[in-house]
Amino acid sequence: MPDTITLQVARYRPDTDAAPTMQEYVVPLRQEWAVLDGLNYIKDQLDGTLSFRWSCRMGICGSCGMTVDGDPALTCGTFLADYAPGPVRVEPLANFPVIRDLVVGIDDFMRKLPKVKPWLVREDEPGVADVEFLQTPPQLDEYQQYSMCINCMLCYAACPVYAIEPDFLGPAAIALAQRYNLDSRDQGAHQRMDVLATAEGVWACTYVGECTSACPKGVDPAGAIQRYKLTAATRTLRSFLPRGER
Amino acid sequence: MTSHDVVVVGGGGAGLRAAIAIVQADPRLNVAIVSKVYPMRSHTVSAEGGAAAVIAADDSLDEHAYDTVSGSDWLCDQDAVEAFVAEAPGELLQLEHWGCPWSRMPDGEVAVRAFGGMKKMRTWFAADKTGFHLLHTLFQTSLQYEQITRYDEWYVTRLLVDENRVYGVVAIELATGRIQAVTGRAVVLCTGGCGRVFPFTTNGNIKTGDGMALAYRAGAPLKDMEFIQYHPTGLPFTGILITEAARAEGGWLLNKDGYRYLQDYDLGTPSPTPVLRSMELGPRDRVSQAFVHEQEKGRTVDTPYGPVVYLDLRHLGAKVIDTKLPFVRELCLQYERIDPVHELIPVRPVQHYMMGGVHTDIDGATGLPGLYAAGEVACVSINGANRLGSNSLPELLVFGRRAGIAAAEFAATGNTDPGPAVRAQAADERRRLERDLLARRDGRERIADIRTEMQHTMEGSAGIYRDAASLVKGADKLRELRERFGKATVEDASRTFNTELVAALELEFMLDVAETMVACALCRQESRGAHQRTDFRGRDDERFLTHSLVFLDRAGSPRVEYLPVTITRWPPAERVYGR
Ligand SMILES: Cc1cc2nc3c(=O)[nH]c(=O)nc-3n(C[C@H](O)[C@H](O)[C@H](O)COP(=O)(O)OP(=O)(O)OC[C@H]3O[C@@H](n4cnc5c(N)ncnc54)[C@H](O)[C@@H]3O)c2cc1C
Ligand code: SF4
Ligand code: FES
Repeated sequence: MPDTITLQVARYRPDTDAAPTMQEYVVPLRQEWAVLDGLNYIKDQLDGTLSFRWSCRMGICGSCGMTVDGDPALTCGTFLADYAPGPVRVEPLANFPVIRDLVVGIDDFMRKLPKVKPWLVREDEPGVADVEFLQTPPQLDEYQQYSMCINCMLCYAACPVYAIEPDFLGPAAIALAQRYNLDSRDQGAHQRMDVLATAEGVWACTYVGECTSACPKGVDPAGAIQRYKLTAATRTLRSFLPRGER
Repeated sequence: MTSHDVVVVGGGGAGLRAAIAIVQADPRLNVAIVSKVYPMRSHTVSAEGGAAAVIAADDSLDEHAYDTVSGSDWLCDQDAVEAFVAEAPGELLQLEHWGCPWSRMPDGEVAVRAFGGMKKMRTWFAADKTGFHLLHTLFQTSLQYEQITRYDEWYVTRLLVDENRVYGVVAIELATGRIQAVTGRAVVLCTGGCGRVFPFTTNGNIKTGDGMALAYRAGAPLKDMEFIQYHPTGLPFTGILITEAARAEGGWLLNKDGYRYLQDYDLGTPSPTPVLRSMELGPRDRVSQAFVHEQEKGRTVDTPYGPVVYLDLRHLGAKVIDTKLPFVRELCLQYERIDPVHELIPVRPVQHYMMGGVHTDIDGATGLPGLYAAGEVACVSINGANRLGSNSLPELLVFGRRAGIAAAEFAATGNTDPGPAVRAQAADERRRLERDLLARRDGRERIADIRTEMQHTMEGSAGIYRDAASLVKGADKLRELRERFGKATVEDASRTFNTELVAALELEFMLDVAETMVACALCRQESRGAHQRTDFRGRDDERFLTHSLVFLDRAGSPRVEYLPVTITRWPPAERVYGR
């Protein structure tokens, strides 16, 4: 293994740059180093002006998503050695406006999130009862996968529909809605239907499945969307039937 | 300038819990959450093992309280502990009703696991991603309250104080560089811990003690800053935590000879299955200290990233590991390229948690009217000289809620709004940031170099073991670093998402926090819990059964005073584990 590797990093400072440019930096290549370690080396040793987000460096806070050699990835969980001898291209996540260098704006997602009511809806207001709602391990399994989303936005960056249809709710928001719909304690599925079973909801998805391949946490948003399409289709059919036959 | 009734600084577990408590206590109040990262990025997200609260039939509040008091080496306030253990079960049930996916027993009831220093199984868990689920549940629940306005990615640089009362904050909107006052009739600090003061830590990049320094500079004292927790099992190089739940499920700690060395340190005798409050389920201070002795005896293994011992999970088998500890397996595979089902995990003690923090009473009120604090930034204190694992998540719920309610009451009754002095302070702060930091391109040193030196200074002078000589040296070095910081460069002059400016402000905060740690550690001439002085061995209840309170004096140096510990039902006694 060579002892250095070149990172080609996208730079963009809206106050001075008309368009993004690429800048090369040479960083040490170590077995343990994630791409994020390379970026931190640049920031600490070579060029303090490079901007990017990170915090947990353990794949759980969802801050450090970027495009690494063309693919959306968490830079804290992607290792330089896997790209040796390099160079490695590091760019901001696709499909989002770039604020600065490797930092993208995710306001759109943050606005969409509350629309799917990602909280437990109960018709009865129990207050703080002194016992838990029972939920067996198989009932937990029903939605657990969809509860693993870290909001890292890799699936939006990978989604060809979101690229051309910015109104699309998108993979993570729909997976999260399903996380609550499928929770045995929730009673809000019908309230989420207005948002999900629409042209900007699940019907926008043409089932490409890129989101599921991009997801670093095994959430399978594509599966969530497909499953909801089935639910929505049966519900719509039923609504045409006379009352007694529903 | 924008104004709200209450300003919550921080969108982690404590901040979100406080904000929800405020709007539930008084739905007319309007609340701001100002956070330097999106709430779901807050470091609560990384908590793995679980949250303690009495629920099992064979358990009792008194036992949880006793474990906490003895775990704290009697430095906690027992009235606070009693309130904590009494309210923790209701808080975890509330979380359950908000949708938290707690792990379950076959009949659908919530499951509990063992944890270090706890005599009963009382730690609720969501596999080994408890903090992640807790944070996302709180964040998603908070989305339904229209009275909550979020300032995501706004960095708070100063508290606004007039006539000894807090009126809000000054913050920078990172995306635009706009510097603005966000005012309120009460402020709740929920900014988390300060692990990044040390070089090797489980804490994320954002844990830089900002709130502690903000309060300290505004005149509110910090408490028990010498008590810094090392967790015994961090992965070398990254410092990523391997949760104590791994030992609670039955993992063993082995030295280089494959020997369960904790038996040599008065922590009990080995048995094949875990025994509560014994061996690998001892308290973190004692288990981390045992590592240092093993190292001195030459019984650790050297690696490029320091000496290690091994955590052995192999005998648990793939099924237990995959259902109870899936994240541990994921982290080991990804960051160490080893599979704990078949291989030993190399681990070493790593800075993990701050027992000290902003001094508050049992309702989160600080010494400064209008200022409240909760979560890791605060020191109530239920943790005393050593926190028990899984007490922190319930702490931030119980005291986040209490602080929220107290702040709501204060905001509803105190009818004063910020006056001209507050506006002038905000303008001053804007000028300081623009003049002193945004345009410092002629400096000689990098922020990162000073930060690295500070971190190594702290490890050398205020690590697991300290003495007067190391602490005095540390204090001198910190003074030198502060001077050098005044001349450091900020290359980045952009207003847009200037992370170098943030790093500079964080370093300035960390230097304050580091100084208070060293000052308190130097004054405490005894060994208690996580504070171990090699020149003053043994606990000294005569002189030091008391909290340290540290103030910023007029000359800009820390001044240490003392405050009695509250004892209700458990007089000081010997800490006994494994016997
Ligand atoms: C790896 C790890 C595992 C853990 N596991 C457990 C466990 O199993 N059980 C347990 O009980 N405890 C555990 N802990 C401890 C516990 O997770 C923390 O003490 C707790 O989550 C802290 O929560 P908090 O809300 O106080 O702070 P945080 O979650 O850290 O949130 C701080 C907030 O303040 C904001 N903030 C900070 N500074 C500023 C500023 N200047 N301006 C604006 N906003 C600011 C941040 O943006 C963030 O939103 C663990 C800790 C770690 C590091
Ligand atoms: S679904 Fe997966 S890829 Fe999409 S935001 Fe969530 S964790 Fe990231
Ligand atoms: S830094 Fe948190 S996910 Fe990468």
